[in-house]
Amino acid sequence: MSETTEQKKPAGRRKFELDPRLEKYKGVWVFVEHERGAAHSVSWELMGEGRKLADKLGVPLAGVVMGAPGLQTRRFCQEAFHYGADLCYLMEDPLLSDYRNQPFTKGLTDLVNTYQPEILLLGATTLGRDLAGSVATTLQTGLTADCTELNIDMENRSLAATRPTFGGSLLCTIVTLNYRPQMATVRPRVMSMPKKDETRNGTITEHPLGMIETDIVTKVLEYIPDNLAGKPQLPFADIIVSGGRGMKRPDNFQLIWDLAKVLGAEVGATRPVVQAGWVELDRQVGQSGKTVRPKLYIAAGISGAIQHRVGMEGSDVIIAINTDENAPIFDFATYGIVGNAMTILPALTEAFRQQLATRKVAV
Amino acid sequence: MHIVVCIKQVPDSAQIRVHPVTNTIMRQGVPAIVNPYDLFALEEALRLKDKYGARVTVLCMGPPQAEAALRKAISFGADDAILVTDRAFAGSDTLATSFALASAIRKIQEDMPVDIVFAGKQTIDGDTAQVGPGIAKRMDLQLLTYVAKIADLDLNKREIVIHRRAEGGVQVLKTKLPCLITMLEGSNEMRFATMANMFRAARYPLKQWDKDAAGIEDVTKIGLKGSPTIVSKVFAPQPKSQRAEIIDCESREPKDLSVTLLAKMFTRYPNLAEEIGKNAA
Ligand SMILES: Cc1cc2nc3c(=O)[nH]c(=O)nc-3n(C[C@H](O)[C@H](O)[C@H](O)COP(=O)(O)OP(=O)(O)OC[C@H]3O[C@@H](n4cnc5c(N)ncnc54)[C@H](O)[C@@H]3O)c2cc1C
Ligand SMILES: Cc1cc2nc3c(=O)[nH]c(=O)nc-3n(C[C@H](O)[C@H](O)[C@H](O)COP(=O)(O)OP(=O)(O)OC[C@H]3O[C@@H](n4cnc5c(N)ncnc54)[C@H](O)[C@@H]3O)c2cc1C
Repeated sequence: MSETTEQKKPAGRRKFELDPRLEKYKGVWVFVEHERGAAHSVSWELMGEGRKLADKLGVPLAGVVMGAPGLQTRRFCQEAFHYGADLCYLMEDPLLSDYRNQPFTKGLTDLVNTYQPEILLLGATTLGRDLAGSVATTLQTGLTADCTELNIDMENRSLAATRPTFGGSLLCTIVTLNYRPQMATVRPRVMSMPKKDETRNGTITEHPLGMIETDIVTKVLEYIPDNLAGKPQLPFADIIVSGGRGMKRPDNFQLIWDLAKVLGAEVGATRPVVQAGWVELDRQVGQSGKTVRPKLYIAAGISGAIQHRVGMEGSDVIIAINTDENAPIFDFATYGIVGNAMTILPALTEAFRQQLATRKVAV
Repeated sequence: MHIVVCIKQVPDSAQIRVHPVTNTIMRQGVPAIVNPYDLFALEEALRLKDKYGARVTVLCMGPPQAEAALRKAISFGADDAILVTDRAFAGSDTLATSFALASAIRKIQEDMPVDIVFAGKQTIDGDTAQVGPGIAKRMDLQLLTYVAKIADLDLNKREIVIHRRAEGGVQVLKTKLPCLITMLEGSNEMRFATMANMFRAARYPLKQWDKDAAGIEDVTKIGLKGSPTIVSKVFAPQPKSQRAEIIDCESREPKDLSVTLLAKMFTRYPNLAEEIGKNAA
């Protein structure tokens, strides 16, 4: 069925009795994703959210680390503690050295069935979505995709997961009442990174995978790492200068690059600009592009359509330059300049340049 | 070889409007299209058919109008089309949807075993990317998601090698048929419908299956009953509490505006000056 939100019956604030079998499910879990020796930042972003949920429920927060035996997995457990976990479930096996759906699905499913968490969170990455869909189906439970907000409905202690629908024009809150665990995925950079506390520690519970290589049908022949050299890295940039259709012509975009250069910033863009070929696809910010959370986001000639907004409203400070004082971007920017980007941008570039120069002198 | 391609009919999101008062989707007049991501799956199936010979069956679950999506697929070159349609499916979430589709594929198998099931990466309406993994799990098919390229297919050994988009790189995976592949967007380009296929599509006697025909006996597994997730609230995004502070100076010279902006900003966010300094260095 092509469900629409209007077809789905809203549950409203219903009271309900949790199946007694499910009352045993306690605790919040975060799956710690790692690739090539590094944990994915989304796992720590989720750990921060998981901490809040666990505190609201008054239950422990656990990290789930699966991988090949070695120092690395222990290090990820330690990191999980630093980011807020009280304990970690660790599954070590050489068969888990690369991500493969079959052993990871079995391993995570076994862990859930054994230790019974009430909430299980994963990153909405290619790995997380692959694994979450398989695990939820095996466990026959509900999975809410790409959430932008996680909360606890205290009335029935259930996870209220909010996600955008129809390109972000509406939000919907989804609950999974009489099933456990309640599962959700969240995209990278949607949640902020929690503070690291290196004094925190926790306990590690080990659990075996219990498979042999011949049980696993799929083999990894090769892993070809992306060549990141020269590729824009918007999701982790601290400063981003973005331009929209209001820049009018591709050569005007040079003004965006000039400001970015002075600030050491990345250059971002709206979808029409990318579609016109002014900048490459990797620079698109928004619903169908990258989610970013810089400390400073400068938007020039951008109207602030909801599909752009959802990708950048997590920025600490937003400066918007637009000729139209009623442009929606002014509804959520921190500072607005109503004016022509073609004259404001060079002036702003110069002002930043001078400010940086005085700083240097002062230092 | 027998290939099943799952396609979903979706509203054209570019034309969706939200009712300003009731916050419901206004579907009237919004054209329904084949989920754009599914066309990459269909094209890849058709390429395998061209290269190795195959029967391509397209499968869609949806209201009776979704027949248009299936005819479109026939016009591109699919051989058979099945529409699974029943009021009992209303309100299905991804768990219930994958149950219904897996049942239908098992029914399709009775005619001829299925070697590969294709699905899109995700849809543009529900946008969960969960149905593909769900079907694979229920049918015990090897799951290959985010496939950018089929590098090799050996029908004698029943082996397939694919390139899978992973975080930070590409995994080259080898597995056995039967498998389920979700195709990455941009991995191919949909062909044009030929005149002959367009005629065929118009006349094609589309199969419509209700839940019984799709082999579904347990009605607690479909529709609202079979759906663990419940939409509890739909609402418009909160406008941010504070509107932007508009920088306005008497002179309105770009230079003054910029200097005033920086002064205000660095007073309110003293750390930002530091951050920018570090970043620019
Ligand atoms: C399914 C879907 C997904 C989408 N995904 C994305 C996405 O990921 N990212 C994205 O950005 N968009 C996305 N969009 C498109 C989005 O809806 C908007 O169309 C887009 O963000 C608008 O881009 P813009 O602000 O550059 O252009 P416009 O909306 O045309 O705005 C241009 C602005 O520039 C201002 N302006 C004009 N002249 C000047 C000047 N001289 N100086 C200063 N300002 C000036 C105008 O007042 C106007 O506000 C998506 C749309 C759909 C339907
Ligand atoms: C706004 C909104 C939010 C939702 N959120 C959730 C949620 O978080 N969790 C949840 O479980 N359900 C959710 N649903 C319900 C879900 O959209 C439906 O179950 C839907 O039938 C399938 O999910 P999808 O559109 O996300 O498909 P996806 O999983 O994104 O689709 C992947 C592929 O599966 C195939 N496929 C999917 N549906 C069909 C079909 N009907 N017929 C044939 N092939 C198909 C296609 O090849 C498609 O490309 C939501 C629905 C809406 C409208």
